[in-house]
Amino acid sequence: MIELRGVTKSFGTNHVLRGVDLVIPRGSSMVIIGGSGTGKSVTLKCVLGLVRPDSGTITLNGQDVTKGDRDAFLAQFGMLFQGGALFDSMRVWENVAFRLQRGALKKPKAEAREIAIEKLRRVGLGPQVADLFPAELSGGMQKRVSLARAIAADPQIIFFDEPTTGLDPIMSGVINDLIREIVTEMGATAMTITHDMSSVRAIADNVAMLHGGKVRWTGPVGDMDATTDPYVQQFIHGRAEGPIESLR
Amino acid sequence: MSLLSPLAALGRMALGLLASLGRIAIFAGQVVSHLFRPPWYPREFLHALIQIGWFSLPVVGLTALFTGGALALQIYAGGARFSAEAVVPAIVAIGMTRELGPVLGGLMVAARVASSIAAEIGTMKVTEQIDALVTLSTNPLKYLAVPRVLAATLAVPVLVAVGDSIGIMGGWAVGVHRLDFNSAAYLKNTINFLESWDVVSGLIKGAAFGFLVALMGCYHGMNSGRGAQGVGAATKAAVVSASVLIFAANYLLTELFFS
Repeated sequence: MIELRGVTKSFGTNHVLRGVDLVIPRGSSMVIIGGSGTGKSVTLKCVLGLVRPDSGTITLNGQDVTKGDRDAFLAQFGMLFQGGALFDSMRVWENVAFRLQRGALKKPKAEAREIAIEKLRRVGLGPQVADLFPAELSGGMQKRVSLARAIAADPQIIFFDEPTTGLDPIMSGVINDLIREIVTEMGATAMTITHDMSSVRAIADNVAMLHGGKVRWTGPVGDMDATTDPYVQQFIHGRAEGPIESLR
Repeated sequence: MSLLSPLAALGRMALGLLASLGRIAIFAGQVVSHLFRPPWYPREFLHALIQIGWFSLPVVGLTALFTGGALALQIYAGGARFSAEAVVPAIVAIGMTRELGPVLGGLMVAARVASSIAAEIGTMKVTEQIDALVTLSTNPLKYLAVPRVLAATLAVPVLVAVGDSIGIMGGWAVGVHRLDFNSAAYLKNTINFLESWDVVSGLIKGAAFGFLVALMGCYHGMNSGRGAQGVGAATKAAVVSASVLIFAANYLLTELFFS
């Protein structure tokens, strides 16, 4: 279980998070929605330790994420970055097997390559792409390679940062279905941040909406449409009029 | 108020400079401390060694060749004023090994390597590849900076040694073919006058310059701003700071070695 209590973070005079409280039960899929600049990415980076919160606590299974063995902590995570963040100096299979070729999870090269090809197959890519470089792939394929890298070491927790941004609707559907299938079959805890409502409906068990640096609403995805919260209603229906200013 | 504002601006500039120096010193300390702590990344080190050492050979060699030749012409013309043309071989050899080999070699490596390291790491930063390294349980400083700094510290002295030899050869070629020196006498003069400390001090300078060049490339790359403009600014800062630090370190080392 991931638990955030009163997390705040400011960059200079820009108060991005103003007390975020959020609970993500083990094995569930939480999707965080909200407009641009509401602190979704910062929240995710705080959990990973890429950004240090100014105050508040973040715990993973009751343990403070800022204390203890950092490598052991990060070994539980997989992350799909918005732009893929593939290492462009490495071949596709080396990207996928990055964690399996270094550190505590190091495996022999042949075995690491075999696992990478298996993970590529899991995301719908054939072994012929294994020896290509990321720049030789389309955007959708890069996203799938990044997804394969995120799941390569069978993590217990997977984060997805805008998984469908920049993809056509069909490829978005493919990525959404893949994420849902993988999270379910691995039994992993998932945290996704997105603007894409089709992603929310495909991936989420629970939804949280961030606004003004706080969680405005949270609940099961099935309750989202029925909520009377005007902020949620404006966001999920994409209306220009409402309490959320369209010019931010 | 308006009278004091230039002073305040000067103070802000001085404080900013000191803060930057402090950050660079902390970064250098971290890099050095990680040199001695596992895990190490031998593949990245070898890759950096080839990129920094092998691929810089042509540019360092050509610079040294033309510098050695020009130096021979200058010393000959200058020496002729007091009938000391015979010192050409000795001055070319000492000038190349003590000063021009390491400084010009270091500057060429700064132009070629500091810029490429800063641009590569800066691009990795803006495309979240450095964040990805962290989530893959890899310390970016250890994985990106340590192999490059170590490779440059070891490779630049070798480049300087090659540059010294080519520079002296350039001086010899000009001396023999343009200034009518006897080939054997030129070489004998070079060998007789050159002391091992002349060469060794230049190689130590080379190691220091290599360290500074890679350090500046990595530091500015990892602190790059957002977007193409941020990477461009980081690249420029890396080359400028590496070049200035080479000149400053050259003066300090010369003072230390020869005063």
